[in-house]
Amino acid sequence: MPVFIPRNVDELVDVFQNHPSAKLLAGGTDFMVEVNLHGRKPDTMISLRKVKELTEWSVRTSQTRITIGAGVPFAEMEFGEIARLVPALAQAARTVGSPQIRAAGTLGGNLGTCSPAGDSLPVLAALNATIHVIGPEGSRDIDFVDFMVGVKKNCLQTSEFVHSVSMPIVDGWQGYAKVGTRNAMVISTASACLVRDSDEGFVSIALGSVGPTIIRAHNAEAWLMKTTSLRAGAQLEASVAQEFGRRVSLESRPIDDHRSTADYRRHAIGVLAQRLLTRSFS
Amino acid sequence: MSINIPVSGASQSNEMYSLRVNGQVHEVKDAWIGESLLYVLRERLGLPGAKGACEQGECGSCTVIVDKQAVCSCLVMAADAVETEILTVEGLGPDGALTDVQSAFLSEGGVQCGFCTPGFIVAVHHLLENNPNPSDDEIRESLSGNICRCTGYGRILEAVRTVADQRRNPS
Repeated sequence: MPVFIPRNVDELVDVFQNHPSAKLLAGGTDFMVEVNLHGRKPDTMISLRKVKELTEWSVRTSQTRITIGAGVPFAEMEFGEIARLVPALAQAARTVGSPQIRAAGTLGGNLGTCSPAGDSLPVLAALNATIHVIGPEGSRDIDFVDFMVGVKKNCLQTSEFVHSVSMPIVDGWQGYAKVGTRNAMVISTASACLVRDSDEGFVSIALGSVGPTIIRAHNAEAWLMKTTSLRAGAQLEASVAQEFGRRVSLESRPIDDHRSTADYRRHAIGVLAQRLLTRSFS
Repeated sequence: MSINIPVSGASQSNEMYSLRVNGQVHEVKDAWIGESLLYVLRERLGLPGAKGACEQGECGSCTVIVDKQAVCSCLVMAADAVETEILTVEGLGPDGALTDVQSAFLSEGGVQCGFCTPGFIVAVHHLLENNPNPSDDEIRESLSGNICRCTGYGRILEAVRTVADQRRNPS
C-alpha cells in the first residue's frame, strides 16, 4: 500500500498509468473525512503535493485569459492578483470552509470531488471555464459543462487528472453568493455565480447545490438579455430583477436532503439570482 | 522516477517513513496508510497537544502548522506529510516555556475547559506571524475555523489584541 509522491507532471503521468486504481490526493480535505468518518480504506495513493507545476497560475500576455493550476489552494485565490482578475472566484474561495481548509483545499480537488456544493464550481460554469486534463494518451481540454456529469461524477477517464483550469478575464461585473446555515465554515444550501460582460451585453448565471450538477439557467439568461440592456451604464428595473429571480428558480432542480429542503432551495436560489443581478447594476 | 514510500498495512510490518516535527525527525513504524497526521502525532509520536474532536476539519482543535500553513492535522494524511516541516503547539515555546500567546490566554481568561486552546494557540501564532497588526475582523476571520464552546470568544479576542499590542510595544 504505497504512497507515491511524483515530483513533476511526467512522473505523475507515469505513476498514474502504472497504478490506474490509485487515488489522487490533493489537499485531503474531502478524502480524509471519508477515511476518518465513513470507513473508507485507502489503498495506493498518489500525492500531488510535490508537483510544482500544478501549483502555478499564469495570465495570457493579451490579458484575456487566466490559467490556474489544479493544485492552487483556495487561500491563494482569496486575495492578490487572482482575486483582482476573477473576483467571483475569490468570493467563492472565501466561503470555502475555514482558513485551515482554504490553506489545504485546491481548485483541482473541487473538480475531483465534483460535488454540486463545490464552492468554486458555479464560478467555473458561469465563466465557461475549460478544464485541461492530462492522461496516458496526452492532454485534452473539456468545457466545464461537459466535465461535471452528475453528483460527484466527472468525465475523467482512467489515469487522467486535472492539470489546470483556464477562464476568460471578463470586462464587467461578476459576483458569487451562497446561502448556508451560518456564515463561517458551512457547506452551501444554495449558491450562484453571475457574470455580466458589459462590453458584449452578455450575462451568465450558474447555480450550485440545487441540482445533480451545476446548472446554467440558460432560459433566464436569454430572457434577461432580450428584456433589458446589460451594457455599461444601463439601468435595471426592480421588477426585471424580481422576474429574473423567479425564472432562475424555475430552472433549478433541487432535492430534499439532510442540509435543506427542495422548497427552500428553490426560493433561496431565486433570491440569490435577484440579488446578484441587482448588485451588478449598483 | 516517483519516490515510493511504503506504508505498511495491518498485516505488514518493518516499513517506515519519517516526519519532521518541531525540528526533530521522528520515525513512524507499522502505521496504517489511512492514519491522519493528528493520529500519528498523538498516538505514535507522543505529542498529544493537538486535539481530536470532529475529525472532519470543522472544529480546528487539531490545528498544526505544515510548511508555514495552519491546517487541520486530522485532514492531513500522515504518510503524505513526509518532507514537510511540521510545527505543533509543543514546539512553539522554547523548552516547554509558555509563549506570549499562551500567557495572554491565561491572563485574559481565554481558557475555560481548555480543549480547544491548543488549536487556538497555534492559529493565533500563525495569524500574528503573518499579520502583526490584525483588525478585529481579521482576528475573527483567522479564528473562524476554531470552535470554542465555553468562552464566547470575547476573552480570546482580547488575548490576541493583548499579544499584538505587547509585540508592538515591548516593555
